[in-house]
Amino acid sequence: MSYLLSAYGFLLLIMIGYIVRVNLKCGRLVKEAGCLSNDQKSISKLDSSKARLCLIGFALLFISVALYMALIWSPDAKGEPATYRIIYFHVAAAFMSYVGFFITFAGSILYLWKRDLRFDRWAKVGADLGVHFCALMIITGMIWGKQRWGAWWIWEPRLTLALVLLVIYVGYLILRHVMENPVTTARYASVYGIIGFIDVPLVHYSIKLWGKIMHPVVTDGGKNSGLAPEMMLTLEVSIIAFLIVFAAMYIIRLHVDSLEANLSRCRT
Amino acid sequence: MKKYFKDVSAIVWKDTLSEFRTREMLISMFMLAVLILIIFIFSIHLGKVKAIDVAPGVLWIAIIFAGTIGLNRSFLNEKENDCIFGIMSMPIDRSAIYFGKMTGNFIFMTIMEIFIFPVFIVFFNLPIQNIPGIVLITFLGTLGFTACGTLLSAMSAASAKLRYMLPVLLYPLILPVVIAAVQSTGALLYGKQIADIMSWLKLLIAFDIIFISVSFLIFEYTLEE
Repeated sequence: MSYLLSAYGFLLLIMIGYIVRVNLKCGRLVKEAGCLSNDQKSISKLDSSKARLCLIGFALLFISVALYMALIWSPDAKGEPATYRIIYFHVAAAFMSYVGFFITFAGSILYLWKRDLRFDRWAKVGADLGVHFCALMIITGMIWGKQRWGAWWIWEPRLTLALVLLVIYVGYLILRHVMENPVTTARYASVYGIIGFIDVPLVHYSIKLWGKIMHPVVTDGGKNSGLAPEMMLTLEVSIIAFLIVFAAMYIIRLHVDSLEANLSRCRT
Repeated sequence: MKKYFKDVSAIVWKDTLSEFRTREMLISMFMLAVLILIIFIFSIHLGKVKAIDVAPGVLWIAIIFAGTIGLNRSFLNEKENDCIFGIMSMPIDRSAIYFGKMTGNFIFMTIMEIFIFPVFIVFFNLPIQNIPGIVLITFLGTLGFTACGTLLSAMSAASAKLRYMLPVLLYPLILPVVIAAVQSTGALLYGKQIADIMSWLKLLIAFDIIFISVSFLIFEYTLEE
């Protein structure tokens, strides 16, 4: 139990660290942009640090509630090791990675349609956060799998799908990273974002045909989903908490990216 | 419609003609495929492993790695001497360029496969059976690979850094093709009939249709400046 708690604490710390780091970068960029640009007004409008702080506060509050519910309040599962409690964060992280990848898809389509770099930033931040949460999902899943199956990894459809998703979107981020011209980057990244997302159902189907199912399905809402009402509630709360964390990270990242774009516009 | 086919075939004709004059790409693709087969045979030791279990995987790795060379060259050839601007200023639909390039890549890969199959059969001592089934699988798999690969190769030719990234971008996307092709080739080599691999065939056909139609729609965005 105690090592579980410390593992969760660690994850929480990473999340807070991420938010704080991005926020600091944000402040620095605002200062720099303020020095460079005459258009002070538009920049101060962007820098609504109060709203961001509020969001972070909300995120922390909900994460703490979710942690309490997941680790202490929710009952033990019959015949499962205590590591089953990882599911509350595992499933929530999985949801968030899908949300991130969907935002990338939508942003890519919007960019190719409207040709506004703002949509491209939406897509970029979506993929970035999606990759983070996907990695979180895989890592928590591996910790659980080691306890439950006795192996860190098995080549089973859902695990393989998560891995392929991660690889596709890391490819997307690499594509963005190696390009220089922002307009070309946006165009190519949008094309890749679209075909990458369209590919996911095909990958899913092919892997399902290829492997056999070992991964438990608990969130289909069926009778035999195996979750007690308290557990379901905890799961829902932690998904909401993750959603808020996601929203906070997303908005801050978006803010940083638009500041960066403004800054590079000021410089040229 | 007739003009569209004429445009496509003009690009295919140009590509095949320039390739058959030098044949350097075909030779390097074929040699890479042969070397991959040899290296794999050394690494798996056929005395200990049943050849038929590993052969399909090795074959498709060889085909895909060799095909990547072709895809890399496909738009790079146009980049040299800035031929790409000539192609882009042609009064034809952008998707005709895509279909022309894709057909060209498909033809080169098919020629390479025709040569690599006998080598593959000989090296692994495989039974010669179910030839129509294997031809069908190879056709569908190669079509899916080139459909997806041509789109990405148009992108990757644009920047020198991106050129080395083509496999990183391409291989995750063509995973369904790899899985389906390897599994069904294996099943056919084991003497199963086409009816037994219907689900894989459906997957390959779905992949081909989806990727060709999506590329048809968004190819124009990869060629703009």
